[in-house]
Amino acid sequence: MMLDIYDFYDKMERNNIMLSFKGDITSELLTSILQIMESKLDNLQEEPKIKKKVYNVLVECLQNLYHHMDEVAPEQNDKIRSAIFMIGKLDNQYNIITGNYIKNENVAGLKKRLEDINLLSKEELKEYYKAVLNNGEMSLKGGGGLGMIDIARKTGEKLNFNFSPVDNTFSFFTLNIKISQ
Amino acid sequence: METISIEGTPKTPTITFDTGKGFLEIKGRSIPENSIEFYKPLVDWLEKYAAKPQSATNVNIQLEYFNTSSSKCILDVFKKLEAINKGGSQVTINWYYEEDDEDMLEAGEDYQAIINVPFKMVQVEE
Repeated sequence: MMLDIYDFYDKMERNNIMLSFKGDITSELLTSILQIMESKLDNLQEEPKIKKKVYNVLVECLQNLYHHMDEVAPEQNDKIRSAIFMIGKLDNQYNIITGNYIKNENVAGLKKRLEDINLLSKEELKEYYKAVLNNGEMSLKGGGGLGMIDIARKTGEKLNFNFSPVDNTFSFFTLNIKISQ
Repeated sequence: METISIEGTPKTPTITFDTGKGFLEIKGRSIPENSIEFYKPLVDWLEKYAAKPQSATNVNIQLEYFNTSSSKCILDVFKKLEAINKGGSQVTINWYYEEDDEDMLEAGEDYQAIINVPFKMVQVEE
């Protein structure tokens, strides 16, 4: 079946997608994407405050994908080493949508973590962030579980997420982050 | 005594450490995927410096952006400075933030709450 590219284009246009990507997430890719997004934000003449927030949250979302790749598929040519992300702006609200495979055995843990974060108030998020920052635990590359807390804190919104079962081994995890002006 | 420096990149900050003057500056962006690798040399230098510090140590942190991967490493740097402060050098951390950047101010306050070293919040114009 031929992919209906116009249908694709039309949907992206209607959702005001500024940038989208599907494929392997590498460090070089992220450097380029961040540069492109920074100049787009400059061209839109966003207030520095909004620009910084969007950029910061974008860094966390994309680096989440990047760090996650190695966990799911350490082998280089694996098909599931692929993720998707879209960045759009609709009605003065930025949307960052990411999607990636996750092992079924890890779904419950991540779901619980995100639900727990969603229960916290602004003040509780601040305290939680400080506690995790200072707990001495660090992943090999320095992450250490702060990313999602930081996203929730900076956006002031609940984390909107979904898990779609794919097969016996994998599910597809979607995160939809809103940044309002 | 020597000056050690790391030149900045689009994802990593410029670091200047003048051990003779007791002056350390971290400036720019800190958003590398692997922060531990990036900050290791600085943590090592601070360890060496701690053995024979100046009577006062001034630290400027002037970051435009930093990711959560860097935040734990920055805490490690501050913990070294806390030890240096206890060890007899008077340490001051100047935390710079742009006028309307509440997130950066809050980030500074988070560290201030954890680390037992005098912090100065320095507002700069955009």
